[in-house]
Amino acid sequence: MPIDPEPSPMPAAGAPGGAFVDRSAEAAVSVRGLAKSYGSVRALVSIDLDVAPGTVLGLLGPNGAGKTTIIRILTTLLRADAGSARVAGLDVVRDAALLRERIGLAGQYAAVDENLTGLENLTMVGRLYGQPRAAAKRRGRELLERFDLLEAADRPTKTYSGGMRRRLDLAAALVAEPPVLFLDEPTSGLDPRSRLQLWETIERLVADGTTVLLTTQYLDEADRLAGEIAVIDHGRVIAGGSPDELKDRVGGERLEIHLDEAARAELAVEALASMSDGSPTVEGDRVTVGVQLRGGAIVEAVRRLDRAGVGVQDIALRRPTLDDVFMALTGHAAAPTEDDQEQAA
Amino acid sequence: MRRVVSDTLVIAERNLVRLPRAPELLLAFTVQPIMFVLLFRYVFGGAIKTPGFSYADFLIPGIIVQNIAFGGFVTALGLNEDLHKGLIDRFRSLPMARPAVLAGRTLADVVTNGLSAAILVITGLMIGFSFHTSVPEAIGGFVLLLLFGYAFSWVFAFLGMLVSTPEAANSVGFIAVFPLTFISSAFVPVHSMPAVLRAFAEVNPFTITVDAMRSLWLGAPAGNNVWGAVVWATAIILVFAPAAVARYRRAAGQ
Repeated sequence: MPIDPEPSPMPAAGAPGGAFVDRSAEAAVSVRGLAKSYGSVRALVSIDLDVAPGTVLGLLGPNGAGKTTIIRILTTLLRADAGSARVAGLDVVRDAALLRERIGLAGQYAAVDENLTGLENLTMVGRLYGQPRAAAKRRGRELLERFDLLEAADRPTKTYSGGMRRRLDLAAALVAEPPVLFLDEPTSGLDPRSRLQLWETIERLVADGTTVLLTTQYLDEADRLAGEIAVIDHGRVIAGGSPDELKDRVGGERLEIHLDEAARAELAVEALASMSDGSPTVEGDRVTVGVQLRGGAIVEAVRRLDRAGVGVQDIALRRPTLDDVFMALTGHAAAPTEDDQEQAA
Repeated sequence: MRRVVSDTLVIAERNLVRLPRAPELLLAFTVQPIMFVLLFRYVFGGAIKTPGFSYADFLIPGIIVQNIAFGGFVTALGLNEDLHKGLIDRFRSLPMARPAVLAGRTLADVVTNGLSAAILVITGLMIGFSFHTSVPEAIGGFVLLLLFGYAFSWVFAFLGMLVSTPEAANSVGFIAVFPLTFISSAFVPVHSMPAVLRAFAEVNPFTITVDAMRSLWLGAPAGNNVWGAVVWATAIILVFAPAAVARYRRAAGQ
């Protein structure tokens, strides 16, 4: 870890102006050489990360990449085998007790008691942060209002929709107004509308100065929310940068064509080759072509295939996905691995 | 220390508030014990000889001890559920006292155990059971009962943190505790058992506790049973409470 000769006694989180100074000194989250194994499975090999105050870092990676393990270590739930990590100016091991007062965690599974009402859940969490009952209740109402849950305040949360539960879970993470927020796949399993709502909420929090570290499997989510992305695979950071930098490395959009007959794939590749910025790939009856320009790509492709006498079942333009990022960066697909269970609970 | 107490109360409150909203659990506390009392009293009661006592008098202290030992099941199931739903992660990420999640659970059990013991005693009184001792002794019996139940709540808390699923908690707990309660003086006099079982039954904490209850409620000769029962309960708490809290601290939700 770079030497910071005079560690500031106050946590740097939320402090403005962090962008122009050495980030590792002022970072809200700073991780060096983090390693963790579960038995013989190396979940984290060596992770370095920095998150500047008031920004969002997205950890992007497939299931089992080690994202959740990082979050669990930074939120004091798990102890690393090696390396160091500081959050809000505090060491995650030595200052764990104090650190818990300054962080919020919202997980993959909406961690609310389904037999308690929304208000009861938030009041309970507030009191466990050490707030008096009345103050915790007041804060709970405030959050329910902000998250558009006030109408459901007195209903047991088992009657909530998935999106409502996620919002309540996020609200619970915000009870103590933590300067640093950890979100572990905050929108997985949500319908598009709830996803959008949650994104907007997270954006408002960041605008108010909260530092966010979030994990996701979705490139579009990282793209929308994160100023910086770290791509994680097999316990390593394999790429980092802004979403645009990352997308440049992945390339443009892809045209996916399902042929009538797999036997005609060769003909199709020949016909389409000059459209592509790389060489088209073939998988059975599916031909994938990277294209630089969206406009007219489908029409052009259909014309060419028609001329070549190749029948088409289906044709579609696809944005780069996590799989494409991984293909571009590692040459392998972002398939779930056997240590999926590390992500469980 | 003040945080331990206040956080424990917050968690205990949580577990009690949610109780009426989970009717299947409430059923387990109320209807099920009544059913067992009636079955034992009227199905087996006629065939079991209990010298010195009517079967109703003999049965109630026994079945109430068995029932209260199982009261902690809610703790095992509830904790395991919390573990799977991510609530334990949430609690562990909060600046709350470490033992509070478990201590709050087991404390809530004391309330539900008291409720279920009261229901059993009332049922007992209706089918012929009666107290043969003074009021302080009878109250002492209740206190011992709750202490014993509290001890088993910690056993179940440990179990709940140990096993991987609520179903596993259910079957492991049942297989471990059910025979213990039966190979005891709870339902039949131990001298009716084969020698090996009798030897086990005589040192079984259930037997000691049931006999202590019979002396506190029926005036049976106490011997060392009351102290023996208190020592057993205390020992169980001293072993299982730290073990359960240690599991909680490390619970990584694997």
